[in-house]
Amino acid sequence: MKICGPKCSLCGLIISVWGIVQLVLMGLFFYIHSVALIEDLPLLEEYENLDAFYTAANAAYTQNAYNCWIAACIYVLTLLLSAQQFYMNSRVTAN
Amino acid sequence: MGSLFRSEEMALCQLFLQSEAAYACVSELGELGLVQFRDLNPDVNAFQRKFVNEVRRCDEMERKLRYLEKEIKKDGIPMLDTGESPEAPQPREMIDLEATFEKLENELREVNQNAEALKRNFLELTELKHILRKTQVFFDEQEGGLNHTTESMTRALITDEARTAGASMGPVQLGFVAGVISREKLPAFERMLWRACRGNVFLRQAMIESPLEDPTNGDQVYKSVFIIFFQGDQLKTRVKKICEGFRATLYPCPEAPADRREMAMGVMTRIEDLNTVLGQTQDHRHRVLVAAAKNLKNWFVKVRKIKAIYHTLNLFNLDVTQKCLIAECWVPLLDFETIQLALRRGTERSGSSVPPILNRMQTFENPPTYNRTNKFTKAFQALIDAYGVASYREMNPAPYTIITFPFLFAVMFGDIGHGAIMALFGLWMIRKEKGLAAQKTDNEIWNIFFGGRYIIFLMGVFSMYTGLIYNDIFSKSLNIFGSHWHLSYNKSTVWNNKMLQLSPATSDYEGTPYPFGMDPIWQVATSNKIVFQNAYKMKISIILGVLHMIFGVVMSWHNHTYFRNRLSLIYEFIPQLVFLLLLFFYMVLLMFIKWNRYAATNAMPFTESCAPSILITFIDMVLFNEPKTPPKGCETPYMFWGQHFIQVVFVLIALGCIPVMLLGKPIKIMQARKLANVQPITGTDAEVGGMSNGGAVGAGGGHHDEEEMSEIFIHQGIHTIEYVLGSVSHTASYLRLWALSLAHAQLAEVLWTMVLSIGLNKEDWVGGIILTVVFSFWAILTVGILVLMEGLSAFLHTLRLHWVEFQSKFYLGQGYAFQPFSFDTIIENGGGASGDAE
Repeated sequence: MKICGPKCSLCGLIISVWGIVQLVLMGLFFYIHSVALIEDLPLLEEYENLDAFYTAANAAYTQNAYNCWIAACIYVLTLLLSAQQFYMNSRVTAN
Repeated sequence: MGSLFRSEEMALCQLFLQSEAAYACVSELGELGLVQFRDLNPDVNAFQRKFVNEVRRCDEMERKLRYLEKEIKKDGIPMLDTGESPEAPQPREMIDLEATFEKLENELREVNQNAEALKRNFLELTELKHILRKTQVFFDEQEGGLNHTTESMTRALITDEARTAGASMGPVQLGFVAGVISREKLPAFERMLWRACRGNVFLRQAMIESPLEDPTNGDQVYKSVFIIFFQGDQLKTRVKKICEGFRATLYPCPEAPADRREMAMGVMTRIEDLNTVLGQTQDHRHRVLVAAAKNLKNWFVKVRKIKAIYHTLNLFNLDVTQKCLIAECWVPLLDFETIQLALRRGTERSGSSVPPILNRMQTFENPPTYNRTNKFTKAFQALIDAYGVASYREMNPAPYTIITFPFLFAVMFGDIGHGAIMALFGLWMIRKEKGLAAQKTDNEIWNIFFGGRYIIFLMGVFSMYTGLIYNDIFSKSLNIFGSHWHLSYNKSTVWNNKMLQLSPATSDYEGTPYPFGMDPIWQVATSNKIVFQNAYKMKISIILGVLHMIFGVVMSWHNHTYFRNRLSLIYEFIPQLVFLLLLFFYMVLLMFIKWNRYAATNAMPFTESCAPSILITFIDMVLFNEPKTPPKGCETPYMFWGQHFIQVVFVLIALGCIPVMLLGKPIKIMQARKLANVQPITGTDAEVGGMSNGGAVGAGGGHHDEEEMSEIFIHQGIHTIEYVLGSVSHTASYLRLWALSLAHAQLAEVLWTMVLSIGLNKEDWVGGIILTVVFSFWAILTVGILVLMEGLSAFLHTLRLHWVEFQSKFYLGQGYAFQPFSFDTIIENGGGASGDAE
């Protein structure tokens, strides 16, 4: 049952919480096409015309938003896992 | 006036205590923790002091308690720690405590000895049991193949020597010894036997599978059973000697199998009995230890308190009548009443009739520096004291540090995300204060972090604020209010050009700035974002630096007025301030004027290309150079009318301040001394005391009387050069505020683009999973590099700015700390040496 010790599970807990908060927000910012995040989009160097660029950019924004939210969901799983490990470890030491 | 602005007023007091009441009074003072005793018997060595016997008894009690603690820890029994501190017991209770400890120690030692003896017995019986079991095999072989095997065995062993004598004999009668030896020694044992007995003995051995417990130290040892067959008495003695040498234990083993079986049964019963007795002994020991563990911490505290009291009493003097003890102590004036109350309580408790006397003494000695702090201000005071404890009653920089320290840190650290991490960490430590403080750990690093929890929290909060100003969260900007820059190019221009420039003079810029902080457009302006922010951050660093230093010089004014140092006030403070203001504050004013006057939307000559460089202006000003001709259209290199004249005047006045600083005070002192020598000493120029006010009164410090004139001139010269050159170098030193904030921003950006972007640049849904992994890396690196390393670095630089650039303007820092006799500190330090020596 025990996968990691108390320190590892605490670390996992903190990173999971941080990950959920930050990735949900980042997903939101990608969804509203925030310009600050434009460098992080998977875009090509050159496009044929402006419309191609716009469609690619819009698609990239939404794709990245979904990716961020998927990562946030995975972090929910790690949160549950770390929380369970953490409580198990603290019960063992209490006993 | 008790506040953090200056250290408290201290008084040297004499304390007269009746001998019976002395113990109780010192106990009350120890609980209070406000009195620092002086050693009145410095020449007496530790063994000749009055209460050395009591201290020795306390040491003995502590030794017994430590022994008990060791035994309790060995058994893993938890010790109850209620956290409350019992009062120091009366002297007559000390005897009861001693008796209790003596009894406990003796009981424990007895139990341990008995346990050891029983275990030894147990070991012997177990070994005997193993021997009886294993040798069964050997004897079976011997009896079974008696003729054949023994013959072959003996023939092999007894080679040349006995051939003549015993070749005709039949099976020879072999004697044997059986025993147990540790496995490691077995090979050497065999070899020794072979050599010593010339191969005439036969050894058979079998390992004992389970390890046996060594009675003395409780180790588990692996042993083997051996049996040695030999013939004749000489070999027997030799074999026995070798066994002794190798510390093998020999056991009498009967030959006949029936006897062996009987013996085996007897051994089994004895082992059972022994086990029960052993179990009961352990139970008894456990019970004794559990009972002791309940009170152990309490006893430790009591004994330490008694010892501390007697150590303190040793510092006292016995007066002529031998009836009362005299002590000298430093006492904060504000707490005079409290201490008298405590003394009265102590006298009542001891039932003595004579009240204690506490009276102030006049002294010229330097009192200790006492700053009354609470858990919040303690950390900031510690930062200041680490550089040097403030001189008595000089201005304490600590209260201002509460704000300036986190602020200057935040200027170097500005990032909303990192600030949030720091603030949350600080907040967690503050919320869980009580619990975390109770777990006393030895981990130095954790103790440092925990001690500075309020500092960390404030630094985090301030960093979030500067992060909002710099508009930087993990290297990305937030667009809260909508950028005030807009694109005015048409689509084909944008399409055809790789890089475009937006000018604030055109409609690209709205004309009004972003409401709060840096416009988020600058984050995408990759080519000139740094250049733009540099200009801003450098200027703000100098502005903050000059203001900080002026504040420091103004603090010296407070010091001079308090200590009535008129000479210093006129000949040091005023020229220093004038020098700083006329040169460096003028430079700050130039920055504000430049920001105000020049703008891209203005017409010539106030457009941005005509703005003169402030640094060049400053250099030209100081060197009296003619400024270079400005570019075409900007009529003048100056910002406002009359600037050249004002600058010349300022520089001349500032230069004129230097000889005033250099020579003013020493010449005045020289004149004062000449007057004093001419007139008889009427007391006007001589020292007029200075006990509680601590400073010198009069025409400039009577304590200068001891110094030679040349010394004074040299000191003043050093002081002046330090100040003048320091003002230039310290102003430049504040540029580290810019440098570190630049480094921090760039590191954050690199970390994002090199690490987190990897997870964001993926085209497919697989990006989500990669992002999960990459995010963890990014998070760990952010905390490790940006929060911890950069945080530590910025902390250090802020500390340096405070210690050197700010405090050198006014702080002497040559005092010594007030170390009161306090039970709390003594018990926290684990009852080390007496906690009241100064």
